[in-house]
Amino acid sequence: MEYQVLLEKPKSFYQNYPRKAGNIEVTHYCPGCGHGVAHKYIAEALDRLDLQDRTVLISPVGCSVFAYYYFDVGNEQAAHGRAPALATGVKRALPNSIVISYQGDGDLAAIGTAEIIHAANRGEQITVIFINNAIYGMTGGQMAPTTLEGQKTSTSPLGRNPANEGFPIRMAELLATLEAPVYVERVSLHDVKNRNKARQAIYKALKCQKDRKGFSMVEILSQCPTGWKMDPPESLKWVAEKMVSYFPLGVKVDRIDESEPVTRPEQIWDPEVIIRNLGLVTLDIRQRADRSAIAEIHRNPRFKIAGFGGQGVLTMGIILAACGMIEDYNVAWLPSYGPEMRGGTAHCHVTISSKPIGSPLVSSSTVCIAMNKPSQEKFEKELVPGGLLIRNTSMIDVPPARTDIDVVSIPAAEMATEIGSLKVQNMVILGAYLEKSKLIHPETLEMVLKGMLKKAALLDMNMKALEAGREHVRKNA
Amino acid sequence: MAKELIKGNVAIVKGALLAGCEAYFGYPITPASEIAEYASLLFPKLGRVFIQAESEIAAINMIYGASGAGARCMTASSGPGLSLKQEGISYCAGAELPCVIADIMRGGPGLGNIGPEQGDYNQIVKGGGHGNYRVIVLAPNSGQEMCDLTMLGFELADKWRSPVILLADGFTGQMMEQVDFPEEPVRSTRKSWALYADRESKHNLITSIYLSHADLEAHNIKLQKKYARIEQEEVRFEELNCSDADVVMIAYGITSRICRTTMENAREQGLKIGLFRPRTLFPFPSQRIAELGQHIKFFLTVECSNGQMLHDVRLALNGTCPVEFYGRMGGEVPSAEEIFGVLTRLLKS
Repeated sequence: MEYQVLLEKPKSFYQNYPRKAGNIEVTHYCPGCGHGVAHKYIAEALDRLDLQDRTVLISPVGCSVFAYYYFDVGNEQAAHGRAPALATGVKRALPNSIVISYQGDGDLAAIGTAEIIHAANRGEQITVIFINNAIYGMTGGQMAPTTLEGQKTSTSPLGRNPANEGFPIRMAELLATLEAPVYVERVSLHDVKNRNKARQAIYKALKCQKDRKGFSMVEILSQCPTGWKMDPPESLKWVAEKMVSYFPLGVKVDRIDESEPVTRPEQIWDPEVIIRNLGLVTLDIRQRADRSAIAEIHRNPRFKIAGFGGQGVLTMGIILAACGMIEDYNVAWLPSYGPEMRGGTAHCHVTISSKPIGSPLVSSSTVCIAMNKPSQEKFEKELVPGGLLIRNTSMIDVPPARTDIDVVSIPAAEMATEIGSLKVQNMVILGAYLEKSKLIHPETLEMVLKGMLKKAALLDMNMKALEAGREHVRKNA
Repeated sequence: MAKELIKGNVAIVKGALLAGCEAYFGYPITPASEIAEYASLLFPKLGRVFIQAESEIAAINMIYGASGAGARCMTASSGPGLSLKQEGISYCAGAELPCVIADIMRGGPGLGNIGPEQGDYNQIVKGGGHGNYRVIVLAPNSGQEMCDLTMLGFELADKWRSPVILLADGFTGQMMEQVDFPEEPVRSTRKSWALYADRESKHNLITSIYLSHADLEAHNIKLQKKYARIEQEEVRFEELNCSDADVVMIAYGITSRICRTTMENAREQGLKIGLFRPRTLFPFPSQRIAELGQHIKFFLTVECSNGQMLHDVRLALNGTCPVEFYGRMGGEVPSAEEIFGVLTRLLKS
């Protein structure tokens, strides 16, 4: 191993700390704390890898909340536990950045457990430096998820009792079970030999990121003399004797060599490509149907369309609305949604109007399309006097209750089956409605269907179903 | 102009991309899921970021990260998800990070149901997170506005360095209407305060921590001044038939659409009813409501809630004009006829 004596502060540190209040020549960390050492190794590695200007460091909550006092790099300060999510946001927005999520044990292994696991599992190209000192330092020595069994803290005053608090959590091993992380190692700061290993591990983790290899984490067993109520030499001894035996040191995962560099796609800003990819097209919108030929009751219709799931109720509504739009009407389509759809019934409200549409909710309809018996029973009463009820008699065996309405009865399911598929029963109904109302020009409908159905055979069957519906109305007029 | 029959939720996604949104971080929830679904389809097509986050909390914190890195970014959810996001929204407000968040409201409290409701008004408009902050709140009531106000949201977010929340409801999200889309996509410019992982920007600091009480008070005062300017400059509303009205209904979102039908029916019967619709809920159009209050008999506030915007209407009027309220909850939406019935009862009493 190569040794180098560093006589000056790494460039990736500020030379003094103007962001800090009080004495700007010294850090805010306690005497004997491990953070300063970890900070130094990060700054050295950034210098050696020439990453300073590209780096964004995420400061966590905890003693290292003020990491931005010291590192002369970009800084974002995170909410407790959320640093890996912030790091994800930064790295995805700036794929060329070097992002370090610096976190303590409460931050990473308790409140931020979900964020660290999923950032690791997505293989975010970030480097996590995890300071495990088995205690909450900043908040005053409370129990951490990594506090050892029997260890006394201000919230485990009798010693951590696994029966009540569970066992200390081994994060490096936990993350090592995932497929995506490329490099995970646990190191310690308790003596010179281990400090050098820590220095190398941090360098390796950042180089892994520089080479776009993937997620890396270095867990550092670190001393907290203040939190532990020990003097610094005692605290080092405690790490060596107590922590290392529970948190085994060493490499947990190293897939750096076999991992291919990952690059993110370039953003596209060409307006034409954007418009094309968003599917935005200028439509040929104009009145095609002769509006003067439409009877008063069929002008500006309000539909309630209802049936079983699978009868094409919602699609029929969309086709009507799309036709309305192409004929230069204002349109609104409002579906029943959610579990209701899965429960087997569906309905939608459709409004087609030459005026701006107020309520898209159809509470008094001019047209009710009932694809099954419950729909007729439920919705015919909403029809205005003189309104139109179209009933799918294949599925309805009771007459309508109303006598003040216009009724079209049509065995749509049987007719559709004859044409070739039960699925086109909605088109049979639609054909009947359009023949009756004259609201939409057949050419408009064909345009809309051609836009929706790419297969010629399917389009053909739908057109046949429409015609069968029209024919039925003509015959029974 | 490009026209499409499109769901409100999908119009949000297209509007966001036309506004130059670079990253979407979200978590699925009914009735907002189409936003995540279409974002997952369309963002990668344009080389933009889409991540389905592990939680709503992670999603809003990814937003914090990406926004601090200068990207236009967004997330969307419904009430339960917004409750989880409040932590991050407070941090974004504190660190003055622009972003757009859509809330497609559903029935609450708790798991409630997925029907349309407007019960998130308080948590969104009044600031559901901790601290002295406000967010800009836009209230679309049509497919067109789902696109337009999303685009405006990105503009306002950057202009004011503030989260902008699009407060819509299950019906406005699920409904399909014709929408005209602009064909000139926007691209945001470099922000002087953001981090771009380069030498020029590295001294920018994205944070909401101010350890000194005096510094934090100064930061808060600065924020309050910003909110006061937003109240001066960004109020938006729509008025229909208010000039000669005896009674003015006040409603936003889907409820305003239903009230519009009520108003049209009432006018046909010779009743002088007007409709006032806030398009911004913060800033709230208090001044205009107070002016209208000088000429009318009473206001009728209609909401799909227990009466939340109602309090802002009352504050605006400060007792100068009576305010009546009609609300439905739990996913129940009043019909135009139902509101008409309420109006006529009130007019007789």
